[in-house]
Amino acid sequence: MGREQQQVSYTVKQLVSVNPYNPDILSDLENYVNEQVSSQTYSLDANLCLLRLYQFEPGRMSTPIMVQILIKALMAMPASDFSLCLFLIPEQVQMQEQFKTLIVLSHYLETARFRQFWDEAAKRRSILEVVPGFEQAIQAYAIHVLSLTYQKVPRTVLAEAINIEGLSLDKFIEHHVAISGWVLEKSHGHSQLIVLPRNEFNYPELKKHTTDGVPFEDVTRIFPILS
Amino acid sequence: MASSYDYDDGSLESRHGRPPSAGQGGASTDLGYDPNFVPDSVKTFVVHLYRHIREKNVYEIHQMYEGSFQRLSDRMFRDNPWPSVEAIAPYVDNDHVFCLLYREMWFRHVYARLSPTGRQRVESWDNYCSLFGVVLHGVVNMQLPNQWLWDMVDEFVYQFQSYCQYRAKLKNKTEEELQLLQQYDQAWNVYGVLNYLQALVEKSAITEILEREKEGLEQFTATDGYDYEGGTSNVLKMLGYYSMIGLLRVHCLLGDYHTGLKCLAAIDISQQGVYNVVIGSHISTIYHYGFANLMLRRYVEAIREFNKILLYILKYKQYHQKSPQYDQILKKNEQMYALLAICLCLCPQINLVEENVNSQLRDKYNEKMTKMLRYDDEAYAVYDELFTYACPKFITPSAPVLEEPLTNYNQDAYRLQLKLFLYEVKQQQLLSGVRSFLKLYSTISIGKLAAYMEVDEPTLRTILMTYKHKMHAVDSDGKVIPNADLDFYISEDIVHVVESKPIKHYGDYFLRQVLKFEEMISELERIKLD
Repeated sequence: MGREQQQVSYTVKQLVSVNPYNPDILSDLENYVNEQVSSQTYSLDANLCLLRLYQFEPGRMSTPIMVQILIKALMAMPASDFSLCLFLIPEQVQMQEQFKTLIVLSHYLETARFRQFWDEAAKRRSILEVVPGFEQAIQAYAIHVLSLTYQKVPRTVLAEAINIEGLSLDKFIEHHVAISGWVLEKSHGHSQLIVLPRNEFNYPELKKHTTDGVPFEDVTRIFPILS
Repeated sequence: MASSYDYDDGSLESRHGRPPSAGQGGASTDLGYDPNFVPDSVKTFVVHLYRHIREKNVYEIHQMYEGSFQRLSDRMFRDNPWPSVEAIAPYVDNDHVFCLLYREMWFRHVYARLSPTGRQRVESWDNYCSLFGVVLHGVVNMQLPNQWLWDMVDEFVYQFQSYCQYRAKLKNKTEEELQLLQQYDQAWNVYGVLNYLQALVEKSAITEILEREKEGLEQFTATDGYDYEGGTSNVLKMLGYYSMIGLLRVHCLLGDYHTGLKCLAAIDISQQGVYNVVIGSHISTIYHYGFANLMLRRYVEAIREFNKILLYILKYKQYHQKSPQYDQILKKNEQMYALLAICLCLCPQINLVEENVNSQLRDKYNEKMTKMLRYDDEAYAVYDELFTYACPKFITPSAPVLEEPLTNYNQDAYRLQLKLFLYEVKQQQLLSGVRSFLKLYSTISIGKLAAYMEVDEPTLRTILMTYKHKMHAVDSDGKVIPNADLDFYISEDIVHVVESKPIKHYGDYFLRQVLKFEEMISELERIKLD
């Protein structure tokens, strides 16, 4: 069963790179979207190709498929895939209820308003639960933003960002302590602090100043002289 | 929207700044124009051009194409088309390919100086189909100047864009024009345009040629794509090369920036290449590349490329004053300054901009940039204005619906892109406030900063995270690249500000001086030997 799926996605990828401007592949691409949802994979190129074809043939547009594409794009954050998809969807279509909801959710995520996001997502569970892995993907994005920003993040901030509390949060933190190098600390006010792993964004001194070095090709220019 | 720029595609004004002298009905009905009359100068022109093409004298072809054609157009064909292809065919042995080339120039002239009718637009499409068809079959055995080959692809995409605009304006069309649209619904259809460009890229195997060149197995860039030794045709190769840029352009017109950049991937714009041999292709490549990166929020990349090309134009535009592309060069120059201004307001990295370019930018846009940085309602009006002025002419690619009520929907695509762009600008609204505060401190507590900014602490935390998110774009490989000149990190409750120091390129400086001195020493040694 797995290999069959692999073969389907291989063919679709080929179609997209070799023969993308062809209305005949529209239904293949639609099937591929469904496959991405069920097997929790993702292909921006294939989805953009489909959205383009919808632009060329507005009569064949499918709202459920487009909604799925947008949800998958949200899950790809921090990449800007969601806006890339919106650029290809006509304005009148974006006025429809489901699209407006997704745009609002995207706005909350783009502006790091996690509490409002999770509140709204809870209300719109019916739209979102068609795509498995949604919650985990957004939590990964939230942690990404926290890792850019914080060396030490208070437990409450983390809880709000990933929408987990209490015992589940303890388990979640334990998991990341084991796997992602998180460290627990006690703050001055005796509340929990999570120390996030070092990277070049929250520890700017780690930023590799690649421009201080000289690219090798440039150095080769003086080799004739040195010899 | 507070836009003073007339977005409507007056196909003349946007290209050569000359108002149409013939009415919308088409020039061929003008009094005094006889399509079958061939003046002597035209006779000489086609005979000589035909001979030079047969003899593969690329230099002469170029002189005639750039020079004589323009001069004759200026002198004799200001308000009329050139003689019809049927009239000149006898002088060139009725050569099929030459006639296709002549017709391509014929239509280009009509688009540039007159106003094409619906029928002429369709006929031009047919001509391109035949011309590309011949090239794709590999039957063409000429070497043509790169300028001409670029102009062909550029014009092809331009006429497509123009047609999409034309057929989206249904309100004032005559019965005849609507009939034509319905009858020739295949003309300039988006699949055809994209597939021709794609076919040229594939059939020419240009990506393989560029790959092999990187490994030293092929000469391409070194000879500007020409084959001086073997004399094989450069037409398919170069059309394939320029079609990559054509595909980037079409995808930008559709709003698909990601795929557009992928189409250009085989061309390495950090190096010199064939794309910058013809200045028109150089500018078009960088303009669209920069614009796509702007919409993908990769501001640093956009700023870098705009800076390079604007510096280039500043230095070399004087050499192109006599060229027929001069107006277009100037127009694109102005548009790119506007885009650069936008990028710098969204991502203040003025250190990436060269001194001379910066002073030009200040001359043109200092006031507007100050306004944009304020992020109030006036600021959005300025963003709107500059975006409208500088953006490509977005299109609605689908076929028109020819039923009542007939509307003009040619601005729909543009409005969507503008709306989404301004939406992004709005999301970055609070960031400049944060930036100005952070510049003043090396450390500050969340509580204090929140008080200064007059927001509560949780809101401040979201603003700071937004800043981090927006200032770190994700590139095509999924890597996170920082955009900001001003950075910070938070440890529990304290914000620590880190300002990046301007980078001094010692290594590069020393290398350049070493090479310069070596040059001088060898000069001196040569003198001694004499």
